[in-house]
Amino acid sequence: MATDYAIDVHGLVKRFGNKTAVAGVDIQMPRGEVWGFLGPNGSGKTTTIRMICGLLRVTEGTGQCLGYDIRKDAAQIRELTGYMTQKFSFWTDMTIRENLEFVARLYRLPHTRQTVDETLETLGLTHRQHQLSGALSGGWKQRLALAAVTMHDPKLLLLDEPTAGVDPQARRDFWDEIHHLSLKGMTVLVSTHYMDEAERCDRIVYLAHGEKIIEGRVPDVIDRSGLLTFRGEGAGVRRLADDIKHEPGVEHVAYFGSALHVSGRNRAAIQAAIDKHPTDDVSWNEVRTSLEDAFIALSAEAGEDKRVHA
Amino acid sequence: MTGLFRSFGRIWAVFMKETVQIRRDRLTFAVMFGIPIMQLILFGYAINMNPKHLPAALLVEEQTPIVRTMVQSLRTSDYYDFVMQTDDPRETGDLLARGEVAFVVSIPSGFTRKLVRGERPQLLIEADATDPAAASGAVAFAQTILTDALRHDLKGPLASLAAGPPPFDLVVHQKYNPEAKTSYNIVPGLLGVILTMTLVMITAIAMTRESEQGTIENLLAMPVKPIEVMLGKILPYVVVGAGQTLLILLAARILFNVPFIGNPWILFLGVSVFVLANLALGFTFSTIARTQMQAMQLTFFFFLPSILLSGFMFPFRGMPEWAQTIGEVLPLTHFLRIVRGVMLKDTSLAQLQAPILALCLFTAVAVSIAMLRYRRTLD
Ligand SMILES: Nc1ncnc2c1ncn2[C@@H]1O[C@H](COP(=O)(O)OP(=O)(O)OP(=O)(O)O)[C@@H](O)[C@H]1O
Ligand SMILES: [Mg+2]
Repeated sequence: MATDYAIDVHGLVKRFGNKTAVAGVDIQMPRGEVWGFLGPNGSGKTTTIRMICGLLRVTEGTGQCLGYDIRKDAAQIRELTGYMTQKFSFWTDMTIRENLEFVARLYRLPHTRQTVDETLETLGLTHRQHQLSGALSGGWKQRLALAAVTMHDPKLLLLDEPTAGVDPQARRDFWDEIHHLSLKGMTVLVSTHYMDEAERCDRIVYLAHGEKIIEGRVPDVIDRSGLLTFRGEGAGVRRLADDIKHEPGVEHVAYFGSALHVSGRNRAAIQAAIDKHPTDDVSWNEVRTSLEDAFIALSAEAGEDKRVHA
Repeated sequence: MTGLFRSFGRIWAVFMKETVQIRRDRLTFAVMFGIPIMQLILFGYAINMNPKHLPAALLVEEQTPIVRTMVQSLRTSDYYDFVMQTDDPRETGDLLARGEVAFVVSIPSGFTRKLVRGERPQLLIEADATDPAAASGAVAFAQTILTDALRHDLKGPLASLAAGPPPFDLVVHQKYNPEAKTSYNIVPGLLGVILTMTLVMITAIAMTRESEQGTIENLLAMPVKPIEVMLGKILPYVVVGAGQTLLILLAARILFNVPFIGNPWILFLGVSVFVLANLALGFTFSTIARTQMQAMQLTFFFFLPSILLSGFMFPFRGMPEWAQTIGEVLPLTHFLRIVRGVMLKDTSLAQLQAPILALCLFTAVAVSIAMLRYRRTLD
């Protein structure tokens, strides 16, 4: 029994008609950790999370979630997990308080009134509790959703892009809360497009085209990409980008703010590519490859989307 | 000029967008064509304003050539469909109350003897007048049919009877509604119609609203069973249904003076199962439709035959066999038998067993379909 794992799934496949959304994903996630779930749009993150919590039937593959079979024991899994949907899906025609009360009653939490009061207090929404949840701004909706899905103290928390559209300060607060929940013993799988959030995770899983491309700690993922990166700064980088991209030995070229990152696996080759385009107003120096660079390279390696009509 | 031209361009853009959307919604498309076809068939073939072939019982206490002629003439008149014939009055006792027949025609013993002597014996037709329209045709023509038939038999020494007034005295009892007030029939029926329309409609959007607003994902992610969702969603409307019933019954009493001679508890039982049947059906619709719009269309699609084939607007027994068969499937048909029976005829619980059980069966089937169709996942 692999009950040490909160999530233990093998070869998960999900097809919608003849379209394969997830093409065989394995995840073995120990209890108590915080994992990041990354991948470009349409790579299958939401679909995988939904299969794990029993919201979508598994086309192929097997797995357990908190020791329960994801194919058969959806009812038990639902009791023990909290799933925050990518799109806000609480009842916008009910007030904040009414939404929380509904969730509290559904999970049969004792002392509904008091529990809801406390949750509102922690959220800082006590003074707005009688507003319709639909009237909240995007960021506050996310906070409400997180509070609602953690109220019953789930063992596993599945958060699908919880910080999309949230301002930087609120994003920090959100992550502080995630780590706080993790310290209390919750296992958290969180999907995101933000690299800084990925770096706050114990491990990351990267999907592309429905397949798991890589999994590991952030520094390991960067190392495993085997990339070297040079950073060019100055007014002239914009003119250079297109030319350098096609030089031999250059795997990808990407902007980071106003700077240009040129990555490849061979230091001499990159150096040569840069020297071929000498410019006065650009200064070059080697930097540590970022997670984003690694991902761009990984996605390029993953190649074309092979899922359609597979 | 170019302004007008541009305007046409934009109209064209909107036109194309609507066309695309209409084509994508298959169910709406089907309903747009299904409803006219249904209306044509129902109004054209099923509904009969001058109903014939109504079920009748015959109580004849003597068999003579003259009686046989009279019975035969009623039989061939198309108005009466004698489903039973007896010489025992006990057997015809509660046929009218149970609604099994629309008429009981009684010819007492000694009828022929008195007729021949010119004593004008009585011939009794008891009609179920809860629906005055159903009874009127058959009753109005009975005199003519019988007199015409006798004319052939009254020959020779009896020829004198053929002239002058009819040789018998036709007595008609319009039972349950002697003044033939249509409101006695319509108002109790309206209770059923209003409950059907409002309750089916309101529960039909129960699940589709969750789907359309995306809240279904949250609902499904939480540990609540389908049957729990269903009961939780329909039970509030049981209370609403009770309120509506009270309101309509009060209006029936105060505004329309409709009598209520039966046992209110039997009606209470009948209304309860009927309300549940409609709520369960509405919920089933909401598991079949994908949008609230489709749910409304399904409701309307169901409502139309409910009004036309249940016996609410047109006499049930006056419809062709196939239409009656469809009518038997509709909860409103059975509820009308209950509500009219209790209010106007003082029908007993035992006599209403069949419609009550039919409603229970309907509810059970609707709940089963809803549970089968309920989406447990987002697939
Ligand atoms: N119900 C569905 N029917 C058909 N295809 C679907 C369905 N749900 C998802 N897909 C497809 O499956 C693929 C994976 O989608 P998914 O939503 O899991 O991606 P994602 O990684 O969550 O993307 P994003 O970052 O944009 O949220 C996509 O190509 C999507 O079009
Ligand atoms: Mg997603």
